[in-house]
Amino acid sequence: MSGPTSIPVTVLTGYLGAGKTTLLNRVLTENHGKKYAVIVNEFGEIGIDNDLVVGADEEVFEMNNGCICCTVRGDLIRIIGSLLKRKDKFDAILVETTGLADPAPVAQTFFTDDDIKKKTRLDSIVTVVDAKHIEQRLADSNEAEEQIAFADIVLLNKTDLVSPEALKRIEAKVRSLNPFATIHHTVRGGIALDKILDKGAFDLERILELDPCFLHGHAFDPTHDHSHDHDHHHHDHGHGHDPHHHNHGAVNPMHAEDIRSISVTSEKPLSAAKFDAWINDILADQGQNILRCKGILNMAGEDKRFVFQGVHMVSEGAYTGPWPAKDKRRSRFVFIGRKLDDEALKKGFEACVA
Amino acid sequence: MSDNVTATATPRGSTGRIATFPFGDYAVAAAVNGRLFAVALGDGTVRLIDSETLDGESRTVRAHNGATLCLAADIDKGAFLSGGDDGRLVRCTFAEEPQIVAEVKNRWVDHVTAHAGSGIRAYASGKDVFVLGKKGGEPRKLTHPTSVGGLAINSKGKRLAVTHYDGVSLWWLASQSAEPVRLEWKGSHLQVIWSPDGDYVLTTMQENALHGWRLSDGEHMRMTGYGTKIRSMAFSRRGHILATGGSERVICWPFTGGGPMGKAPTEFGGAGDAFVTAVAAHPIHDVFAAGFENGALMIGQPGAGVRLVMKPNGNAVTCLAWNPDGDQLLAGTEKGDVHVADFRPA
Repeated sequence: MSGPTSIPVTVLTGYLGAGKTTLLNRVLTENHGKKYAVIVNEFGEIGIDNDLVVGADEEVFEMNNGCICCTVRGDLIRIIGSLLKRKDKFDAILVETTGLADPAPVAQTFFTDDDIKKKTRLDSIVTVVDAKHIEQRLADSNEAEEQIAFADIVLLNKTDLVSPEALKRIEAKVRSLNPFATIHHTVRGGIALDKILDKGAFDLERILELDPCFLHGHAFDPTHDHSHDHDHHHHDHGHGHDPHHHNHGAVNPMHAEDIRSISVTSEKPLSAAKFDAWINDILADQGQNILRCKGILNMAGEDKRFVFQGVHMVSEGAYTGPWPAKDKRRSRFVFIGRKLDDEALKKGFEACVA
Repeated sequence: MSDNVTATATPRGSTGRIATFPFGDYAVAAAVNGRLFAVALGDGTVRLIDSETLDGESRTVRAHNGATLCLAADIDKGAFLSGGDDGRLVRCTFAEEPQIVAEVKNRWVDHVTAHAGSGIRAYASGKDVFVLGKKGGEPRKLTHPTSVGGLAINSKGKRLAVTHYDGVSLWWLASQSAEPVRLEWKGSHLQVIWSPDGDYVLTTMQENALHGWRLSDGEHMRMTGYGTKIRSMAFSRRGHILATGGSERVICWPFTGGGPMGKAPTEFGGAGDAFVTAVAAHPIHDVFAAGFENGALMIGQPGAGVRLVMKPNGNAVTCLAWNPDGDQLLAGTEKGDVHVADFRPA
């Protein structure tokens, strides 16, 4: 499990021309007093100042566990493995993905490789959205939709090129795909870097603050035990039949279904053991359809908040900071994906009450 | 830190005589060539230690801007080749200034190997492997479907094994053939090793597993059950045993009588629940050195006693090298202390 000293990693996604390069150039040239390592897909327009820019090959491979959705970026494992050995340590690592890329393999890399898990943490996925062209993109591509669904932070960029009405419509569309992301409006990638880098659980806390009605949430209660480091829900089984792979025969028409989100909450403390067992089953069974899941949980008998996040079938969880005194301790967990069964997920979560 | 670091006396927690060099940066790789040990560090240097004068000064070769990524003994005595994230392949010696052997623009030199007998040097950058022959001239470029995970030349110096996604490419070094023999197995293959007789090729994988092929008939072997990534493997001198890291004990696979297929491994050593992070075969006897995640260092073999060289100290062993006589053992660590254990009579 990555500790508090681990290096935060920000993944930058966004459709071609959305403004990723402009944003990267800002990161690299701004006088921020930090040292960043930036992993880009092609050299060229990127300006290099004090930071290190590394070209990646975007090589995705499947983990050899028979699970089609567990893909990781081998080139990132190599590059980050080497970065971690350097004398000059980095304050943060920023990974750019190509416009058409599925963000999942990048995110999964940070939950999958032992060395990387130990020394880095996936801080947030930032998706840059071109306000002028996003409606067209959403209409003609699957990637644009998924990139928004994956995001912790959405930068609605080029807002100067659309009317206020259009902007409202677009923001509503982004919200409908991903109600949990923090949305910033930007022009030419102009944003304070502390709003997108090294956020810790900051953006996750939004989950607790959002209006449950708006999220179609459902309140009930949960209690006690310890558990950490959820790891892979289908790895390391090594031999024989892997009982987790129920889904593989099923057809998964990615285009046919809408991306939706579900939020479940509880005022009662949860049992960490019960939650662990439940989420393991859910991710093993439905991980292909769950793009992201994340939550802040109130585990019975624990003074600290349990923060959990996952991408498809891989995930991690850890006790982070204490509950703020003013906060009422409660749990909220969200799923973003396709074919989500609201009732089953709510019942399952409810059953995790200690 | 001064340029030339001198060893301090035997540190606490060690048994026997150990010289410790506090280099202070991640020890990426170690190699030996004649009486010289070399250690590649994360600060871009290569440090050379003369095994005959362990109390003397080490030599610092400023080889790379950035990190040194790989290291190998060069084809002649007393020299090493290092690759770095500055795209350079550099020759490092005790007496001379570092010499740039090759440069790949905007790329990293990730892997290097050399074979003294055949005079071949090979280095990898991204998907490409460049082979430099004895006669010099332009390197031969071998391109692979995906990035290269590791390189190894067989003991006769005739074949080069290159790992990548979904398998290994075997190239004949003397032939100019454009097509390698491909050994296929799905997944990301990293380090590669030949058995000393050249009959087997084995790889470590991104998953906690080893994969191997018997070249005579293409028979596969898959070794699993490891607790973490296998960062290190080594064949005993005669090739009877393959020792591997990635577990709480040193896992040893038998390579006598047709290979390890269907056979159980043996094991030795152990330092609590810490994983084995580095193994190195003794150059003369069928014993291995093993370094652990918690800093423990030991020497042993399956079915026999283990000699503890260093007790756990919380500083993970990252690389190991024996001197040619097998009476000195170098261990590099994550925090940059490099230890040389001296087993010669005082």
